[in-house]
Order: sequence, then C-alpha cells, then structure tokens
Amino acid sequence: MTSLLTIMTFTPLVGVFVLLFINGRSHNALRGLALAVTVVAFLVSLPLVTGFQNTADYQFVENIPWIATDAFQMHYFVGIDGISLWLVMLTTFIMPIAILSTWTAVEEKVKEYMICLLLLEVGMLGAFVSLDLFLFYIFCGLMLIPMYFIIGIWGGKNKVYAAVKFFIYTMVGSLLMLVALITLYFKAGGADFNITRFYALTLDPATQTWLFLAFALAFAIKVPMFPLHTWLPDAHTEAPTAGSVILAAVLLKMGTYGFVRFAMPLFPQATAQFTPLIATLAVIGIIYAALVAMVQEDVKKLVAYSSVAHLGFVMLGVFAMNQQGIAGGMLQMLNHGISTGALFLIVGFIYERRHTRLITDFGGLAKQMPVFATIFMIVTLSSIGLPGTNGFVGEFLILLGSFGSSLRWWSVIATSGVILSAVYMLWMFQRVMFGELNNPRNQTLTDLNAREIGIMVPLIVLIFVMGVYPTPFIAKMTPSIDRLITHVQTRQLALNAVPAAVQTPDHADCRQCPQ
Amino acid sequence: MLEYVWLIPFFPLVGVIINGLFGKKIRNEAFIGGLATAMVASSFVVSCGILIQLIGMEPEQRVFQKVLFTWIQAGTFKADIGFLVDPLSAIMIMVVTGVGSLIHLYSIGYMHGEEGFYRYFTYLNLFTFSMLLLVLGGNMLLMFVGWEGVGLCSYLLIGYYFHKKSAGDAGKKAFVMNRVGDFGFLIGLFTIFWWLGTNHNVWTINFVELKQASELLPFGGVVTFATLCFFLGATGKSAQIPLYTWLPDAMEGPTPVSALIHAATMVTAGVYMIGRMNFVFIKSPTTMLVIACTGAATALFAATIGMAQNDIKRVLAYSTVSQLGYMFLAMGVGAFTAGVFHLMTHAFFKACLFLGSGSVIHAMHHALHHGHLHDDPQDMRNMGGLRKKMPITFVTFLVSTIAISGIPPFSGFFSKDEILWQAFSNPYHGTANVVLWAIGTIAACLTAFYMFRLVFMTFCGECRINPKVKDHLHESPLVITIPLMVLGLLATFGGFIGIPKLLGDLFGGIPNRFELWLEPVFEKSTEYAGQYAHAGTHYGHSVEGGLMLLSVGVAALGIGIAYTLYIASPSIPQRFTARFPGLHQAVYNKWYVDELYDFLFVNPCKALGRFLWKGFDVLVVDGIVNGVAAVVRGFSGVLRYTQSGFVHNYAMTMALGVVVILAFYIFR
Repeated sequence: MTSLLTIMTFTPLVGVFVLLFINGRSHNALRGLALAVTVVAFLVSLPLVTGFQNTADYQFVENIPWIATDAFQMHYFVGIDGISLWLVMLTTFIMPIAILSTWTAVEEKVKEYMICLLLLEVGMLGAFVSLDLFLFYIFCGLMLIPMYFIIGIWGGKNKVYAAVKFFIYTMVGSLLMLVALITLYFKAGGADFNITRFYALTLDPATQTWLFLAFALAFAIKVPMFPLHTWLPDAHTEAPTAGSVILAAVLLKMGTYGFVRFAMPLFPQATAQFTPLIATLAVIGIIYAALVAMVQEDVKKLVAYSSVAHLGFVMLGVFAMNQQGIAGGMLQMLNHGISTGALFLIVGFIYERRHTRLITDFGGLAKQMPVFATIFMIVTLSSIGLPGTNGFVGEFLILLGSFGSSLRWWSVIATSGVILSAVYMLWMFQRVMFGELNNPRNQTLTDLNAREIGIMVPLIVLIFVMGVYPTPFIAKMTPSIDRLITHVQTRQLALNAVPAAVQTPDHADCRQCPQ
Repeated sequence: MLEYVWLIPFFPLVGVIINGLFGKKIRNEAFIGGLATAMVASSFVVSCGILIQLIGMEPEQRVFQKVLFTWIQAGTFKADIGFLVDPLSAIMIMVVTGVGSLIHLYSIGYMHGEEGFYRYFTYLNLFTFSMLLLVLGGNMLLMFVGWEGVGLCSYLLIGYYFHKKSAGDAGKKAFVMNRVGDFGFLIGLFTIFWWLGTNHNVWTINFVELKQASELLPFGGVVTFATLCFFLGATGKSAQIPLYTWLPDAMEGPTPVSALIHAATMVTAGVYMIGRMNFVFIKSPTTMLVIACTGAATALFAATIGMAQNDIKRVLAYSTVSQLGYMFLAMGVGAFTAGVFHLMTHAFFKACLFLGSGSVIHAMHHALHHGHLHDDPQDMRNMGGLRKKMPITFVTFLVSTIAISGIPPFSGFFSKDEILWQAFSNPYHGTANVVLWAIGTIAACLTAFYMFRLVFMTFCGECRINPKVKDHLHESPLVITIPLMVLGLLATFGGFIGIPKLLGDLFGGIPNRFELWLEPVFEKSTEYAGQYAHAGTHYGHSVEGGLMLLSVGVAALGIGIAYTLYIASPSIPQRFTARFPGLHQAVYNKWYVDELYDFLFVNPCKALGRFLWKGFDVLVVDGIVNGVAAVVRGFSGVLRYTQSGFVHNYAMTMALGVVVILAFYIFR
C-alpha cells in the first residue's frame, strides 16, 4: 500500500462529499456518518504503526509533481518518519472522540458542523504528512478556516471575538512564514519545495536569522509561547468541546512540530543562536501560565492556561537538542493531546449538565458523580505528571534532557513548575469535586452515561499504557530524533568552524554528550 | 523465593484492581476488607520467605536484582522496572507488609459501616503497593515512582472524608509540600546522572551500579549540591523542617491511615532513601552536618509543640515529626544502622500508639454518638480514666509509651540510645557533636513528658466525658485489639535484635545482630569515612555507660514532671498558662509557622497570579492586540466614508479631483 497516506488523509474529504447529500435534518445520520468516516480514517492509519520500520527514513512516501510550470514547482510530496508518525496517529485517534464529544451538545447546523470537523481533519493530517513546504502551508491554511467557523458559529457567548482573534493571530504568523518560505525557495534555486533539499542548503547566518525568526514567530503563535498566548484562553473557552479538544490535542502541536520539522533543521545556526531566548520564553510560559491558571475562576480557562504551561515544557525539551529532551518533548506532545484533550472533555461533561464553568458554582460533585470523579482524578493526575501516568514520562525526559544540555538552569526553574501544576490542578479539583454538595442545582446531577464513559475509556487506557510502557513509542521516534540531532549539530559545527567559535565551550560540550 | 520478589508489590496491586473496579458493586465489607488484608498478608509471607533465604546466604552475597522490563530508554538514559533485594530492603519490606497487614486488619473493624469502605481499602492497597515499589525499586527513578505514589495515596487518604473542607485542604497541603520535596529529588537525580555520565561515561541510575561508581564521585562539590537536593526531598516526605507542617494537618484522615502512612511507612521514606544512597551522602560533610542539624532541630521543635496540644492525634503527629528528627540525626552523624533501627522500632510503637488512639477515638465516638453529643471525641480534655474501660488498649498503649520514652528494656531505648551515643561520639562533626547530643537529650526528656502527659490525660485520673454516656464506653472488638497486642509485643521486645555492644558484652557476648545484618549495605560509607578531617576521639566504655544512664535519667525526669503536673497537682498547668499566656498561645498555635508560610508563599503566589492575569495578560498583551485592532478600525472607520456607495458622492469627488488637477496646472 504505497498510497496509504493519501487514502488516510482524504478519507474525511470523501466523507464531506457524502455528507453533502444527506438531509440536513436527520441529525443522527449526519453524526453517525461523520463518526464512521473518522473511525475508518483511524483504521486506515493503523497499518502506519505496524508497517513502520524503526529507521530514520521517510516512509510511505508519495511524490508526484503537482503544480509544475517553469516558474513555479511544487509537488504532492508526503511521507512520515518517527517525528510525525505519532502525531498522525494522535490525530486520527482523537477525531472520533471529538465527534462523539458534542454528539448532543450541537443541535444546530449539524451538517455544516460535521463538514467543518472533517475538513479540519484533512488539514491536520495533510500538514503532518507533508514533506513539501508549500504543501504544508496549504494544509495549514486549510486547518485554519474550519476551526474559525467552529469557534465562531458553534462557540459560546463571546465566540466572534475569540474566532477573529484566533484567526488573525494565526494568520499573521502564517503570512510571515509564507514570505520566508518563498525566500527559501529562491535561495534553493527555485527547483521545488522539497524539504530534504532545503535541509541540505547551507545558508549564511544573517539569512538564517531572518528566516528563522519568521518561521519561529509563526510557530510560536501556534504553540502558543509566552507572550503570544492570549488568543488561546479565549479560543478554548469559547469553542465547543470538540473544538477545544482538537485545538489542544492537535492544532497546538502544529507549532511545536513546525519547530522540530522545519525551523530547527532548516536553520541550525540560528537555532543555536536563539536557543536561550526560546528556552527563556518557554520557562516563563511554564511558570507564568501556572500562576495565572491558579487564580482562574473558569474551569475551561484554567485548563487552557495549563496547556500553555505544558507546551512550554515541550519547547524546552525540544530545544535541549539531545535524545532525552527531544524524545521527552515529542512524548509530551502526545501526552498533552491525551490529557488535556480529556480535561476539555471533562469540562464539557459538566458544562452540558450545568451550563456553567465557574468553579464557585460547583463543589462536592464527587458524592453525586463517583464515576466522573474517578475519571477526572486520573486525568488530573496525568496532567500533573504523576509517575505511572503518561505525563510523567514526557515531563521527566524533558527535564532530564534539558538539565544535561546548555539549558541546565532553565531546567531547574522549569522543574519547580511541577510544584505549581500540582497546586492549580488539585486546588481546582478540590473546589469542584470535594467539599459539601450544598448547591441545590448540583444535587440532581447525573453521573456519566455510557457514551461519555465510552469516550473516556480509550484515553484512560492510553494514559496508563504510555505511563507504564512508553518504550514502543520512544523506540519508533529514536532514529529520526538521532538524525535530527546529528544534522543540526554537524551543521552548527561546520558553520562554527569557519568563523571563530561562537559558542562557549561548555555549550558545545553538552551538545556532544555521547548517546 | 528471590525470583518471586515481584509478587510482593504485585499482590496489593491485585487488591487495588479488584476493589477499585468492582468494590462498589461487591459491597460486602468482609470480602473487600478481607481481600485487601489477605493481599498484604500474602506479600508478608513472600517477604518472610525472602528474608529467610537471605539469612541463609553469605553476607556479601545478599544482593539480588530482578529486572522485569525496560521502562524508559532515551539515548544514554535507561530505567528498568526492576527490584533490588538486599538486607536494607528486606527489613523494610518486612516492616511495611508486617505492620501493614495488621493495620489492614484493624481497619476492617475501624472503618465498619463507612460509606466509602471499598474506596478506603483500594487506597490502602494502592498505598502499600507504592510503598513497596519505593522500597524495592532498583533504581532512583523507580524509587521516585513509589515516592510520588505514596504521596498520592497520602493525598487520597487524608482527604478521605472529602466532604469536609479541612480534609481536602490537608490532603492538598500534603501533596504540594511533598511535591516541593520531589522537586529536590528530581534535581538531585539529574545532577548525579549527568555528572557521572559526562565526566566518567558512567550512565546509570541503578543503585548497585551507583554504589560501585561512587568511587568516582568527588568529596563535596557537586555531591554536596546533589545530596542537599535529595535531602530536600527527604524533608518533604519525612516531615522535617522546613516542610513538616503538612503532617499534623494530615490527621484529618482516618486514624489507621495515620498509623500506616504517618507513622510506620511513608514518612520514613526519606530516612530509607538516605540509607539507600548512604555512599553518596557520606561524601559530603556539609550535607551530613545539615541533615544532623535539621534532624536535631526538628526533634526538639516538634517536641515543644507536642507538649501543648489537646487533640490526641495531634500529639502523636508531632511526636512522629520529632522521632523522625531523631532518625535524621542518626543519618546525619553517619549512624545509618541506628537510624534504620529507630525507623523499625518506631514503626512498631508508633503504629501501636496511633492504633491505640484510634481505639480510644472509636470508643469515644460511639459513646458520644449514643448520647447525641457533639463533643470532640479526639480532645483529651474530654477523656480521662479510660484505663478501666479499655484495659487492652491501655496496656498496649502504655508499653508503647514506655518504649518511645526510651526506658530499658523496651525497644525504643535501644534505638534512641544508640542514636544519642553516635551523635556524641561520631567522627564526622567535631565540636558540633556535643550540641547535637545535647539537643537530642533534651528532646528525649520532652518526649517522655508529652507522651506521659497524653497517657495520664487519657487513661488516668477521673473520667471527664459527659456522665450521661459514661457507661457506653467499651473496649474495642478483637479485630482492633489483636493488632494492638501484636504491635505492643513488638514494641516491647523488638529492641533485642540490636543490643548495643556495651550491654551485649555485659550479658555474655550477645552480638548486635541488626548491625551485622546491615553492615554490607553501609560498607562504602565506612570506607569513605576515613576522608573526614576530624579524627574520631575514642571514648571509653565508662563514657558510653554514663551517657546511657543519663538518657534513661532524663526520660525518667520527663515522666516525673508529667506525673507531677497531670496526676499529683493538676492545677499547675493552668496556673502556668495563666502566667505565660503568650508562650502557651505560641506553642499551642504551633509557633505560627503555618501563618508564616501563608504570608511568605501562599498569598504572594496567589496575588502574583492575579496580577499577571489581570495586569499582564488582559491589560498589556491583549491591550496591545486589541489596541492594534482598534487603531485599524479607527482608520477604516474614517476611510469608509469615501466608500459610501452613493453615485453623487463619487461624482462630487471626481469633480473635485478634476478641479484640483486643473488648478494645479493653471496656477503652477
């Protein structure tokens, strides 16, 4: 099956066409079909894992010229490696869950809603499998539009503000990236947008700096990194549950993935130059977001800020530029998708029941909803990185890796974020779930129904599996991470060899820790 | 048997899974409690088998590792799910599963009729599982898993009565303070791992390999940093200054929980961890001194607070903090064996004391409940004279109190005296030794005082409970008293396993079996001790004997004072508090340390969070974002008047344009 990636990526698009022919009023048929399509996409993606060889090569590659004029060459060039494999899987895995999550909550324009979700999936999958920079850009744009509608149409009170803010923020970054990638295209001789060819380029430091900044800004907005994060709490809070889940689980990863796939290997010199800055912003993000999360009054906003903190960890790990750090960062991307996705689902459950998200409106729910309490507790613990859950493995490797890199003191400060995450999550949990059940409106709450439990079970299973036996996940990433590190480091050294050594000795030392 | 070491943590895990998933449906208390207890008892049986097998081996061969699978591997870092059995972990598994089974059994009676019965036993099994992981973990990371796991269970069990806000708060406080310690643990781990790796190409976190590699570690320097970080972890877990304040609050949990977690097992994890990594700690004189001083200071400080508390469990809580201080004092003066010995004897007598207090509270609760009274069943001012009502509880409580006070030949005497002697005579800290010893001795006097104060207030004198319900006070059922009796016996005779040489020689050459048993674990420390600057002064037997008598003497003094104040002339304490109200208030309010922490850390953090949110996020960042939008909108608001869509406007503009252009050409 050489065209597996194409089939997977465009299965949802086929679903969109079928949806067009279904009566807009038969809601359950629409939902069922959308669910079926996403499940099929997930099943189609499974052979990717089983067929994936543990090497650094791009696999399941397809490369067909698409727009091929004399002046402009771009290919439909897709493939996956250890870095994108799990993100693709995360996407196909989370989509059925997302569809199920707003099964009853969205009652208006169901058809359009499902179409948006499916288009979103096409965009996300396409972006992760693209090995042509222009193709990546197209898919990124494709993602943006359905998400804009999902927030703006099916969102909460302040949805229009949130949607516009989300769109413009992200668009500003994307446009900068567009300029940068066109520059890159001409620097490479204007043959095509193949990233492997771009990797091989040797750019002078000044060019690298500018192009890196353009890419980094685009991705930093998506991550989002402090101080470009303010669109996120609004977008998350206003989006319907499915939107929040997808936003957290997949869309934010586009930023961190962008750094690993593009910004870092394309501009190794600039990466070294900006590592301290990015690490500083990442660590500020961790502490800052934790402190702000602590005082939130709205559960969903609290979770949104916790996202910012988690993504700060990812950035720190990735920029540690060693096996532990990057593997930890990659794992944390998956973990965050699972745990934070699950947290948004949980917030969705209580919102659907009470139509409020204010912490003060709750209290004592554990008595009324014991199953919910258990699930919520497990997810909370995963989010604060308790050993035995997935969150721990990622966070630990990130901190271990960054401690062994040039970012030692950043790592120490980030480690203290572990304390703060326990504070804000447990405090929220306590105020929502524990205490007296004295609000009469909470006394009639019902526990989770079968659909809701069914949504959570796969996530809970993954939380434990990835916490106890993460080896298969890491093993598939390792060769690609090795290649990335070798690539970036040899480039850095090669460039350093010409001028006097720019890096401080201990900086270089840590980068060469034997693997 | 050694091959099956994985069964030890496995059994409680089975209990967790069965009770956790199906307990709510099962509902049968006997089944749920019985299953949980049987699981821990099974672990105890396996532990016994392992201990026996270990005893049969040559001392230097008593190290066994069992690796199940590789857990995390990334680059040079590798952590296995693997267990380490050696004399030290063998003692710990015996204590954890032995005392643990008794407490499980006791809980069946104590928790009878509680709403979340299955939940309680699930947590209790989960706790045992985590503690066993901590103890058996063959590398630092697996130990850390147990380390955090017990913290979690502590959180869950303290907050067991979750509808009470105070219980939720206490659980959260325990977890967060433990996390502060965990931060230290992680940084320590990172430091050792990367230092050995980058400098010596030794990439390991495995304890056995670390022990071999410990030769490579420098004396002081980076080791001081790493060990201080680890010690921060220990202060969190073992409730030492500055992170001790969570433990007294933790008394919000059910009493058997306090016995298991806050006396016998989890809080000793810090001591165990230092013992496990003794070969690293010994390489930093600074850290050793810090540990010894922290231990001594905590022992004294907590004892002072314990003197003024009226809640029976709080007295025991502060007593635990204080006794843990002794253990750290022992660790800090390089007396690792003595520290572990006190850990064990303390597990016996403190578990007995907590369970005994539980028995009292149980009886009080039932009596008060019967009379529909809302008096506090834990307040010792409501008790008194329970001796006759609850004879078994009283006797077991009394022997444990004698044991903790350090009266020979009860178990606490042997361990505590050994610590004090080592504090005096160790070769590490030079002149500081005398101070450490003196503080330890004063604290010993206070210990005897507050513990006998507790006994006198609870069991002696007149019964101060409301006379209406006096007749409803009964001894607890067998399921509760059997564990008490077993622990009472252990508290009485447990010390004979480690008779100091001085006394052993006196009675015909009985060896100190405990010391011999642990010798191989601490061999590296003995080796490195030679590098310390202070040459050890050698003291004769007369000094050791004299100090031993002195420590018994101060204990007797403490008991005497307690007798005078609470039996002979009970009016003195009231006059004392009336005379020095400020001092009493300060002690009663725990020297206002909680308030200080709130002032220094908690409130500023919240204020900062609020400021960053409202001040920075909303005002600055969003201010800029929305500001840009507003500017754009402002301009376009003006410009849009040019695009009105009315043809006459456009014609007018065109005409004006023509006029302007013509004017330009005509008048130029």
